[in-house]
Amino acid sequence: MTRDEIRNAVIQALTNIAPEIDPQDLQPDTVLRQEFDLDSMDFLNFVIGLHDTLGVDVPESDYVKLATMKGAVQYLESKLNDRLE
Amino acid sequence: MIEFRMPTLGADMEAGTLVEWLKKPGDAVARGDIVAVVDTEKGAIEIEVFDAGVIERLVVEPGQKTPVGTVLALIRSPEEPTGATLKAVPPLPPPAAAPERAIAASSTAPPPAAAARARVSPAARKAAEQLHVNLEAVEGRGPGGSITVADVERAASLAKPAAATPDRLSGMRAAMAAAMAHAKREIPHLYVSTTVDLTPSLMWLKDENQRRPVTERLLPVVMFIKAVARACTEVPAVNGFWTDHGSVQGTGVHVGCAIALRGGGLVAPALHDVPQKNLDTVAREFADLVTRTRAGTLRSSEMSDATITLTNLGDLGVESAYAIIYPPQVAIVGVGRIVERPWVVDGRIEPRSVITVSMSADHRAVDGRSAGSFLTAFDRALQAPDKL
Repeated sequence: MTRDEIRNAVIQALTNIAPEIDPQDLQPDTVLRQEFDLDSMDFLNFVIGLHDTLGVDVPESDYVKLATMKGAVQYLESKLNDRLE
Repeated sequence: MIEFRMPTLGADMEAGTLVEWLKKPGDAVARGDIVAVVDTEKGAIEIEVFDAGVIERLVVEPGQKTPVGTVLALIRSPEEPTGATLKAVPPLPPPAAAPERAIAASSTAPPPAAAARARVSPAARKAAEQLHVNLEAVEGRGPGGSITVADVERAASLAKPAAATPDRLSGMRAAMAAAMAHAKREIPHLYVSTTVDLTPSLMWLKDENQRRPVTERLLPVVMFIKAVARACTEVPAVNGFWTDHGSVQGTGVHVGCAIALRGGGLVAPALHDVPQKNLDTVAREFADLVTRTRAGTLRSSEMSDATITLTNLGDLGVESAYAIIYPPQVAIVGVGRIVERPWVVDGRIEPRSVITVSMSADHRAVDGRSAGSFLTAFDRALQAPDKL
């Protein structure tokens, strides 16, 4: 899976929760919870959405790695690569 | 004959607009069946019936804005003979003049039955209400010229960008303003609060969530809902209503959960019978309640049954919350954010995760002692998370 595909999956999971998000506003360093006013239920749904589209199970202890757009894409990329090896 | 009336879906509701009937005369209904959809400032609500019987007559037509308490339909109870006389309710006003579009359509051939009323799918009707689209002006491209959701959405996107959302929001804000001003003016609030050591609950939760698949993970708020319910069963005085006849205890513990809507506004629908449900069931039902609240598809019982409310503002970073009671309830619980604090345990200072929890109570129905006992019971419940 390419980085762009992962990025699209992240955007999809986010906009499913917060339809008002404009993908244009998603800069690499945007802090997702803060910027888009995601509460803990929203964030859990975000993680569930990533699990559904990418098959990646993000443990709670790794939530902090999903804080920004850049962080999320990097983390998911490495998880997906680990799985391939 | 049973009179099925426009229910009150919260202290801030005075009227609702009937969107559609889901039953027709002659249909049998059981207690709890959804019979109609009513649009309110808080979204489209599915209205349940509280009596069993057969629909005798629909009194109010879709599209009518109707005050709370107005008879919407007549239901014949199982004991009543068919054709019982109806006197209380005046006959339906003559139907409004056929809409222009229908007249135009009938002159250009299609069968009269279809022309009299454009066929609209229930989902499209709901979408039209939500998007404030006038169905008369929508061109139906569905089977046989019927109007589908896609047709409504197309019409909405063509409409001027003066979107409906700000309207609904200002309506909700106005209704909330009236209810809260009334509550703050009329209800003698008393406030108590305490700090609860959440460490045992969080350790248990961490352990549980490590074992669970992502779809079954638990959030701290679910434990708060359970702990509120547990404390209500121990201190029933806080679980109920203040009425013209004084204090009335709730039958069952139905926890109203304050849920913020994306884009502004707030709804506090009830999670029913929390003490009888385990943590997993509460978690699942709460997730569903949040989703449906934000989608605007709640049921009438969820809007009207709460016996106590919980507002959890921890996600916003506030440390404590002292809320205004939502009448006719007599208490509301406010929870702040989880913070790390130095805490004395067995004579030694340790870092601990704590929350501030408050109760605002109606002093006509609840005294300070009961409110305090509630918080003690809430604290105790969270010290033994495996028993929640």
